[in-house]
Amino acid sequence: MSTTPLPGIGVQYDLTTREHRHLSVIAHRDGTRTVNVYRADDPDACAHSLHLTAGEATSLIDALTPDHHSPTLLHTTDLGLVAERIELSAHSHWNGRVLGETRMRTETGASIVAVLRRAGAIPSPAPDFRLAGGDTMIVIGTREGVEAAAAILGRE
Amino acid sequence: MHSALFLIEFGAIILGLGLLGRVAGRFRFSPIPLYLLAGLAFGKGGLLPLGASEEFVAIGAEIGVILLLLMLGLEYTASDLVSNLRTQYPAGLVDFTLNAVPGALAALLLGWGPVAAVVLAGVTWISSSGVIAKVMGDLGRLGNRETPVILSILVLEDLAMAVYLPIVTALLAGVSLAAGSVTLTIALGVAGAVLFVAVRYGRVISRFVSSDDPEKLLLVVLGLTLLVAGIAQQLQVSAAVGAFLVGIALSGEVAEGAHALLSPLRDLFAAVFFVFFGLHTDPASIPPVLLPALALAVVTACTKVATGYWAAKRAGVGVKGRWRAGGTLVARGEFSIVIAGLAVTAGIEPAMGPLATAYVLILVVIGSLTARWTEPLAARLTRHRGRTSAAVPEVRERVDRATDPLAGSRGH
Repeated sequence: MSTTPLPGIGVQYDLTTREHRHLSVIAHRDGTRTVNVYRADDPDACAHSLHLTAGEATSLIDALTPDHHSPTLLHTTDLGLVAERIELSAHSHWNGRVLGETRMRTETGASIVAVLRRAGAIPSPAPDFRLAGGDTMIVIGTREGVEAAAAILGRE
Repeated sequence: MHSALFLIEFGAIILGLGLLGRVAGRFRFSPIPLYLLAGLAFGKGGLLPLGASEEFVAIGAEIGVILLLLMLGLEYTASDLVSNLRTQYPAGLVDFTLNAVPGALAALLLGWGPVAAVVLAGVTWISSSGVIAKVMGDLGRLGNRETPVILSILVLEDLAMAVYLPIVTALLAGVSLAAGSVTLTIALGVAGAVLFVAVRYGRVISRFVSSDDPEKLLLVVLGLTLLVAGIAQQLQVSAAVGAFLVGIALSGEVAEGAHALLSPLRDLFAAVFFVFFGLHTDPASIPPVLLPALALAVVTACTKVATGYWAAKRAGVGVKGRWRAGGTLVARGEFSIVIAGLAVTAGIEPAMGPLATAYVLILVVIGSLTARWTEPLAARLTRHRGRTSAAVPEVRERVDRATDPLAGSRGH
């Protein structure tokens, strides 16, 4: 892996794979990324050049990391329990309401084990915890339970 | 009453520019030539002479130049500049020799005298970093091996502007040789000091300016820039250079924040500046200079291709990449107009404005085409005949292709 500064644009990271294919990633200063794959007949030129937003780049990293299977799954046990991240939209029905009102555990059997906010993570939120738009919940339950929970949390 | 008229006029101009910009966006072209044409249409001898907003447009144009240079400075860190200067100075020298000299010679051939020669040298020398960065992004070439070469030439040109602009300002002011060298010494001393301070204490300056609140950051950066630009102008150094140095001195998070905040302002005032330049050019004066402008454009397009080819070769890039580097560098734009604008406001040579306008109009358009087509054309031509005779017919063929849309550029 080598780096080249691109003044005014950002930094370029180059990688040559074991199969002698060359690829590079450009980190733009606005947080976006460009992934380039090079042509076989002209190793100086890009055959493909994909421009990714910061979010897309994060998903791609998740998919590329060897010990992950799926970007949204935190962990999957053999016993059929699933953990999902579910994001609350800004105009969600639950924005500003307390967690108890969702009756999540009664309705679905899934439980919210943590809430991620910009300021940090809140582990095991109590029923009187007040939700806000933009929160990301970590929900654990059966596959059906978690899907039902996502439907409840998705109410507008 | 007067203010109502001003609002109507100025609003119409800005609205017109916005619509033109959309047209340019549809054809994936830089809007700069359209802004210039809009200025031509409104100005003296144009369709609609303006009255009330003339003065404001003039001030706006000055602010536009200052913001253009400030943003340029924000793009680079001082260490970028210093390391580029260290490793790439031969490319910078070749660039200067091949591209500034034809401009100077053209001015002398036209019988404009030495001062105009220095100005026109700058017009033909400096490529447009804005247009080029956009074209490379559109063509998906940011990851190519020749891209760092192209960028380092652009950086060197921008750094050279910091030395060149004070010289031009002094020459245009008509100061004597002694006073001129004093000015130049001051300018170089200040530029060197700012670079040194920015490399050493950039963090301290940035901390002083830094603010979490965008509103305060905007006011502090803009105020500081205008103040420094004004002082620089007062010292006969050139306001634009002052602004550029402020941009260099700001680094890290502050630079990024300021960049995001000031971009819209820069776009507005830079557009006003191009219109202002067009306003001061009488459309009737363009046809007589069209031929020299076209000749100059063809010659300096070829010299830029040669520059890029040589610099890329020096960096160990393959033949195709060398042609691409050359073709990409052809576009001239905002800074050619900035330099010509200095001459126009100083009133040294009446034909300078029209010539620069025609020259930039031609090269912004040709530059987008050469960036795309130089490499395939060069490949085809070198297959048929010797490599040396490739350059001239190449340009001809390119102009014939001007009707082609930019095939191969993709939307995001």
